[in-house]
Order: sequence, then C-alpha cells, then structure tokens
Amino acid sequence: MMIEALLEVKGVTKRFGGFTALDGVDFLVRPGERVGLIGPNGSGKSTLVNCIAGTLRNEEGSIRFEGEDICGHAAHRRIRMGLARSFQIPKPFASMTVLDNLCVPLLYAARKHEKLAPGRIVEEAVRILELVGLAGRAHAMSGGLTQVDMRKLELARAMAAKPKLLISDEAMAGLSASEVDDILALLFGLKEQGVAVIMIEHVMRAVMKFSERIAVLVAGRKIADGDPQAVVGNAEVVKAYLGE
Amino acid sequence: MSNKVFAFVALAVALALAAVTQLIPNEYFFTAAYTVLLFVILATAWNILGGYTGYVNFGSAAFFAIGAYTTVFFYNAFKAPLAVGIVAGTLVAGLAGLGLGYLTLRLRGVFFAIASLALAVVLYVFVVNWDYVGGARGAYVLQPREIPFGMPRYIHLIYSVQLLMAAFALVVARAIEKSTMGRGLAAIRDDELAAECSGVPTLRLKIFSTMVSCALMGMAGTTFPYYLSYIEPSSAFSLSYAVNSIAMPLIGGMMSWMGPLIGAVLLGTVQQVVQVTVSSAWNLLIVGVLLVLFVTLAPNGIMGWVDAWRRRKGR
Repeated sequence: MMIEALLEVKGVTKRFGGFTALDGVDFLVRPGERVGLIGPNGSGKSTLVNCIAGTLRNEEGSIRFEGEDICGHAAHRRIRMGLARSFQIPKPFASMTVLDNLCVPLLYAARKHEKLAPGRIVEEAVRILELVGLAGRAHAMSGGLTQVDMRKLELARAMAAKPKLLISDEAMAGLSASEVDDILALLFGLKEQGVAVIMIEHVMRAVMKFSERIAVLVAGRKIADGDPQAVVGNAEVVKAYLGE
Repeated sequence: MSNKVFAFVALAVALALAAVTQLIPNEYFFTAAYTVLLFVILATAWNILGGYTGYVNFGSAAFFAIGAYTTVFFYNAFKAPLAVGIVAGTLVAGLAGLGLGYLTLRLRGVFFAIASLALAVVLYVFVVNWDYVGGARGAYVLQPREIPFGMPRYIHLIYSVQLLMAAFALVVARAIEKSTMGRGLAAIRDDELAAECSGVPTLRLKIFSTMVSCALMGMAGTTFPYYLSYIEPSSAFSLSYAVNSIAMPLIGGMMSWMGPLIGAVLLGTVQQVVQVTVSSAWNLLIVGVLLVLFVTLAPNGIMGWVDAWRRRKGR
C-alpha cells in the first residue's frame, strides 16, 4: 500500500550567488515519521530547512505539504498549515515572558486549525511548558534564560503551533547527556501524538536512537537515505565524514 | 479595563480637562498646552511603529506636515472648515504611511530609518515648490470669526480639539497594544524571523502599524495651520517634530501607551517653560541632554524604571 507523503521535496536547488548550497535534493517525510537529517558542517542541512519552512526561497524544484505546492507561500502560511521549525540559534522574544512566547504561535498559528478558545490559550501554553519542563520559569523574561532552557523554549514554541511536522534544527548541540535524553523523550512524545519529526543533529547517539530513517546531505546533495544502520555503514557516508 | 471603558474614561477626562481649563484666564496657557498636546499625539503615534514594532521612523515631521498641508489645501480649494481638514489630513497621512510601508518595510533597521528620513526631505522639496499651498512663501489660513461653545478665542477651540485628538490617539494605541495584534507587533520587534515562523503575518502587520502611526501623526498636524493662522514649509517640517517624537517615547518608555504620554507631557512642558524663562534656542539642547541622560541611566524610560521597581518590590 502506498502511503501518502506529508512532505515531498523534489529536485530542490538553492544558490547563493555562484555557490550551490542545495543541488537537486529529493526528500520525503510520511505522516508521523521520525527522520534524521545528517551531514557535515556546511552540507546544506539548515538551507534545506529554511527552504522547507519558507525563510528562504528555492530557485528550482517543488515542495509539497499534504499534497499542496507551498513554494509560493510565506513562512507564516506554512506554519499555519502545520509545518513548524525550531531555530539552531535560539531566537526567543526577549521582551516577553516565557509564557507569552508560547502565546504567539498559539494565537497566530495553532488557532487557525485547532479552534482554540481565546480563554484556553494560556492554559495550553502552561501545559506545553510543563511538558518541556519549563513550567517553573513561565513568568521569567525569556531573554534571561540559560542556553539549555532557551533550547527547550525554542522546541516548546514550535510545538505550540500544533504542527503536523516539526523540524528540530540542532536542538541538542552543546547539551549534556541527560539533557539530550530529556529532549529525546520530548520528541518521542510528539510521535505518539502523530507528529512527524525531522531531526537535524550532530549528536549521533541521539539521531541513531530517534530516527526510523536517516538521510545524509553532503555538499548540497543527498548521498544516502534509508535504514539508520545501513546508512551509517554506507561507504560514501563514512568517506564524507572521515575522509579516505 | 476593556477598550470601551478606557475610551469612555479617556473621552471623559479630555472633556473635563477642556471644560475646566477654559477658566484659566492666562491665554498663553492655551498656546503652550496646544504644543504639548501636539507632542502627546506625535509621540503616541510614533510609538506604535517605533516602540511596539521596533521600526524607527525619522520622518515624523513629514506626516505632521502632510496633515497640516492637507488642511491648507482644503482651505484654499473649498474654504473647508477645520473638521474636514482633520478627517482629510488623517486619511491622506495614513495613505502616505501605507505607501511608505509598502515600499520600504522590507528594509530592516537603519535602512528603514534612512528611507523615512528621505521621504521627509522629498516632501519638503515638493511643498516648497508647490505654489497652490503657498510654496516657500507660506500660506495664511484665517481663523473663523465665529467660535462655537462660547469660547473667547480660536486658540481655546483648537486646544480643546487637540485634547480630544490626544485622547483618541491614546485609545487607539492602547487598543493595539492590548490586542492579539499588539502581541504580534512585539514579536516582530523582538525577532522578526522568529515571529514570521510563529505564524505572525509580519509584512501585513508592519504595513498596518505604519499606516495607523502615520495617520495619527497627520491628525496632529491638521490643526496646526490654524494655530498661528500662518504656515510655511520650514516650520511644518521642523526637525523638532522628528527629534521630539523619538525622544519623548524613549524618555517615557516605549513598551506601553503610557510611556509616550508621560514623556511628551514632561519634555513638552519643560521645553515650554524653558522657552519662556530662558531662551527658545535652548529647546533642542535640553532634549539632547535629557536623551543622553536617559539612554545611559534608564534605557527603558520612566515606565521601564517603574516596572523594574515594581518587580523588585513584588519579589
């Protein structure tokens, strides 16, 4: 049986001047699937995320979400459709409290498809904060959080949009082993709610544990895509990471 | 307090103030208070874009002048009464704001500020060369001889009108601040990319806030030709409007509607007092000194300082 794709990226090419950051990338995510996206620094992972989320426009190729071509959609329309992302470098709304940070996507994105009553916004924000373990910091100014808490907030804010697909862009870089486990548990929890997750990560332990499938980008091209064990054993992947 | 209640209170306070102050025998009070109120509107309007959304507009004087010269145009063309000038000036300035927003809001930070300043220069040259509204010579706008509500002089009337318009501006600013849109604007100010990726339609909100901000600035200018019965480009496009409409929210606090009000009343009053008691040339110097003081000692303005104090006390 053919399962309909949630996200279908076909032949996406992105150039910055003379530099080709993405070169005809095909990429597919099914509903509720956990996909790892790995690759050395500068291989185009974040560029691909930006093209999918709408903060960059790809020159060639198509991106379809739930069958709809979203290439012409602004980023705010894509998240309203259920395509959320977290940022590699946390971007909190620094003048707001942690709680208010979550209210922004709840008001502007989740409300579009979840039919949340206005009175339930704060309640829902508190629930998500409890989930990520930030409930105690709800009324702290988000600009003053620690790096770890900012990363949790970054994920929480993406979750608050009530996405069908969440792209986690290096949420775990620089975290301790137990903090990595915390965030992994969080992302596994999303799977139970039927949310598909693309995890971009350098922490291989986390990616291997999490992913049902792994795709590898090297220099803007996808060189492998499949079962995690097979991909990690792939000669080309090993060469890209370790050299010859 | 809901928006309706606040609007009612603001209107009541403005009407009461207008009525009570009519008893003040000193006519100079009205001249000075008119100027302070003008700055209340300008500062409140500027803050909608500058404070809430984080886009610095250096072209306040241009929108103020658009309001003023729209009044002049309608006066010359149809001998239109003040009320027509107010409505038309507000609309024209709002349209100009829409245009500015559409053309420049893809520019971020300092580039937007420069574009807004450029607009002021272009409009200035345009008005100087537009003979119908007086060009460089300036234009006379005669105050009507009959003054409603039994007021003794016309300045009493435009002072009262300005008071009502200031209340209106505050009501609009507060309503925006407390709304869902206010939260979206704050998100844009903090991080525009993160705001867009949280579902905030950033371009649309920015254009809207520019339009409202500029419309209110224009409204502040519509009564100005009647103030001295005479207007010429260099006074309508005066640097002092641009500088003050930035300085006042900065000193009062840019996060809430109260900041620009406090800043404008404080700075505006000090300027009026100094103008009479010391010298009129000292005005902008005082603004400069106060700005430096506040930026170094209380970067979030008086309201920011009060908030921090409250938080300390609450702990």
